[in-house]
Amino acid sequence: MRLYRALLHLYPAFYRAEYGDELVRTFAVRSRRAGGGAGRAALWLRELVDLPRSAFLVHGDVLRQDLAFALRALRRSPGFAATAILVAALGIGANTAVFSLTDQVLLRPLPYPSPERLVQLWETEEDGCCNEVSPPNYRDWKERSHSFSALSAWHWRDGNLVGAGAPVRLHGVAVGAELLPLVGVRPIRGRLFSAADERTGAPGTLVIGQGTWQRVFGGDPDVIGRSVRFDDEAFTVIGVLPDGFAFPTREAEFWAPIRMNPDDLADRDNNFFKVVGRLAPGVSLAAAAKEMDAIGAQLAHEYPDTNDRSSVAVQPLHTVNRQSRLLITALVGASGCVLVIACINLATLLLTRALARRRELAVRAVMGAGRERVTRQLLTEALVLTVLGGGLGIAFAAALGPLLAHLVPSELPIVAHGGLDARLIGFALLVTVVTGVAFGVVPALRASGRRLDGLRERGPLGGGRSALRSFLVTAQVAGCVVLLVACGLLLRALLRVQQVDPGFRGAGVLAVQTPLPPQRYQTAAPRDAFYSRVLAEVRTLPGVAAAGYVTWLPLEMGGGIRPVEVPGEVAASPAHRPLASLRFVSPGYLDTMGIPLRAGRGVAAGDNATARKVAVVSEAFVREHFPNGSGLERTFKFAGEDRTIVGVVGEVKMRGLERRNEPQVYLPYNQGMDNDTYYAPHELVLRTSGDPYGQLSAVRAIVRRADPEVPIGKVREVDEVVWNQTASRRTQVWLLGAYAALALLLAGIGIHGLLSLAVSQRQSELGLRLAIGANRREILALALAHGLRVAAIGAGVGLVLAYAAGRSLAGALAGIEPADAVTFGVAVGAAVLMTVSGTLLPALRVLRVDAARVLLSA
Amino acid sequence: MSTRRPSAAEIAALLPLPLAHFHILVALAGDELHGYAILQDVASRTGGTVRLETGTLYRSIQRLLENGLVVESSERPDPAIDDERRRYYRTTPLGVAVVRAEAARLAALVDLARAKGLTPEAI
Repeated sequence: MRLYRALLHLYPAFYRAEYGDELVRTFAVRSRRAGGGAGRAALWLRELVDLPRSAFLVHGDVLRQDLAFALRALRRSPGFAATAILVAALGIGANTAVFSLTDQVLLRPLPYPSPERLVQLWETEEDGCCNEVSPPNYRDWKERSHSFSALSAWHWRDGNLVGAGAPVRLHGVAVGAELLPLVGVRPIRGRLFSAADERTGAPGTLVIGQGTWQRVFGGDPDVIGRSVRFDDEAFTVIGVLPDGFAFPTREAEFWAPIRMNPDDLADRDNNFFKVVGRLAPGVSLAAAAKEMDAIGAQLAHEYPDTNDRSSVAVQPLHTVNRQSRLLITALVGASGCVLVIACINLATLLLTRALARRRELAVRAVMGAGRERVTRQLLTEALVLTVLGGGLGIAFAAALGPLLAHLVPSELPIVAHGGLDARLIGFALLVTVVTGVAFGVVPALRASGRRLDGLRERGPLGGGRSALRSFLVTAQVAGCVVLLVACGLLLRALLRVQQVDPGFRGAGVLAVQTPLPPQRYQTAAPRDAFYSRVLAEVRTLPGVAAAGYVTWLPLEMGGGIRPVEVPGEVAASPAHRPLASLRFVSPGYLDTMGIPLRAGRGVAAGDNATARKVAVVSEAFVREHFPNGSGLERTFKFAGEDRTIVGVVGEVKMRGLERRNEPQVYLPYNQGMDNDTYYAPHELVLRTSGDPYGQLSAVRAIVRRADPEVPIGKVREVDEVVWNQTASRRTQVWLLGAYAALALLLAGIGIHGLLSLAVSQRQSELGLRLAIGANRREILALALAHGLRVAAIGAGVGLVLAYAAGRSLAGALAGIEPADAVTFGVAVGAAVLMTVSGTLLPALRVLRVDAARVLLSA
Repeated sequence: MSTRRPSAAEIAALLPLPLAHFHILVALAGDELHGYAILQDVASRTGGTVRLETGTLYRSIQRLLENGLVVESSERPDPAIDDERRRYYRTTPLGVAVVRAEAARLAALVDLARAKGLTPEAI
């Protein structure tokens, strides 16, 4: 019988109180009359199934009633309901949005089989990680290592595709034959590469993605075996990869085998392979790193000229760069702050409402509802509010998705924004339920417990309660200060980066990629003919003020770094050779981009293949190599030739606004490397008056007339390239700013609510004070002083936390001090202003207290 | 409990009746019984084919009470033969009307089947 009584605890308490004895009595009689052991055992078995089931159903009945009651109650006070739902929605939405980003970037494994076994390998130098790998080093790593079940390489390889409709520029990847099997993809049609496809001179083969198949080949069912011309070479499509497969990123449209020639395998200084491996069974990352360290040391010993400073780094393939990780962590912290403030708010709202309803609740309790039923009722109300808020919050999060996509690092093979899925909804639900229970249960217990004697309760409140209130206000002020400071610091950092001069004027300059098929344009003569014709025609277009050609746009392409040899300069070691970034340009490029000429002249039409080899260099180049004098007419060896400086121009940020940049060397485009199309100009730039894009169709026609097989690649205004540099920072500031504003608003509402509650609860005390002659002004001053004191404590706590937050953000601050005085001052000012305005309204209500009425009702 | 006739809408809102409720109402028709007696009555009238368990019985009673189909009886049998702590239940006029309506509903269903030759005898 004791067991049976224990089982009754599955029922709600009120039900147990009402029917418990009856249940026990009836069961006892049944048990007595069930006969012997077998009969009794059968009865027990049946009851053991039935009792939990009916208890569950009773809980369901209660929930249904409470829900109906809660919905009725909320419909009766729509203002309260709307506020609470909105507060919950903002808190839950802010967190769900940030969770979706965190989940996608940091938590979710990469979309390959056993992704945790995939690693990437880099060459490293003393001063830091992660250079690409030269083909001979890669070959040696592959031959000597045993830690990997497969090791393969890839590099980006764009190309012009002719033979499937209009010529198109495709963004693709050259891969080792083992790479696609290594990441575990199977073709949906055809086959992957074999070792035979990699051999020098093997017929060209292509594997395409499903998107490319549909878009470029119109979903041709006979695409396998189809012949196309790819960069003027015959290629055969041999396979189609499934939709959703991405390697190395979503951008890859095709894969072609790497075909190394003997030259590639001779040069250990030419780093352009990215190396990916799959750890062999039983080999840890650390063990693989140790083996590769040893191999790196061997190679350094064998090839001291090129490898003496280099070693090998082994990283998980799923490595998120520090900046992205930092920004996401900051957002997680910010959304946590918003959630805490939203929760405090919700608790305040619920508590206020519960206290306002304490007579109703007390009546219900007296009518026999019991404390448990009342608590349950209040909790159900809280949950109804948060669940409605959660639904709205998920909608907020979904709306924020596209914005957050800017924070997804582009080097990961993941979609920019994943949209809603079960994990996200699950997370939102979890936050919702935790919020609802945690912050519904306290007010519910308070209101139903100590306040159940609400029929008698009229007096002022105890000290404990006001301490709790002060704590809640302090916490909200502190949270706001932290968010405001973090946002302020990042805003200052953004402004600083945006003020960085890129060294050129990109507004109104249109850049159009016209990639030349490498076979036909291998030598300088046909290239010269093409560029001259296009430039001559473009310059006649109305609205085009200047035009030129360049290898790559600054900021978009950081590479093209070559060693510089100046007569008389001796480098400490081959690895310490001075470097400069190389661009081949046509006449007019420097003018078009607004790169200022400091001395001498720019590249001119006469600088052709037969004239003397000249160079235009940046000021930093002159400072570094020819500190005494202008540098004009001085000679240095660069890109295979001796070049004479004929002009000096302003410095340009080639690699990035926030990065160290090598000095720049501009060479005339027809004094280039004859058999190398890599550096041949790809980008046509034109300075326009009016809408730059308005010139596009005319440019297209000009390029088509010059060579119908040259596709138009990327088109953008050069200003956008600069703007994109700060895109993730802007998103970051925007988001943190929105979170800080949200926190400030919520905290203001919350503080107002808390203090209004205090004033209304202390009405009788205030009335009494007024009646015995206290000055209203004094009381007002007292209330305001209290508000300010709490604000000061909150701001103090907030400042300490904000400094810690600023320190952890240091990597993203572009040199702004984490203890930036301006930011801290503004943040504290805003928080105090918010607290005072939250205090003021309730305090002013003190002035309207009618002493006589209050005392009469007491 | 009012003695007015329950309206058709009131009755219809409570149909169809859960099986356990139906059996309890039938058991209580014309009688005042306590929980155990209800169980016994149901078991004996159905030849043991319907067996309510204790938990289900009291949840059903709670629902029937809430819906006003049964009430706790204030009259008690002779104290000599009764455990005074025991609770007795009886049907209300609404309870009687509802169980009647449910029986009619079931009978109509049986008629439908029979019209198609699906009589119990034919199976």
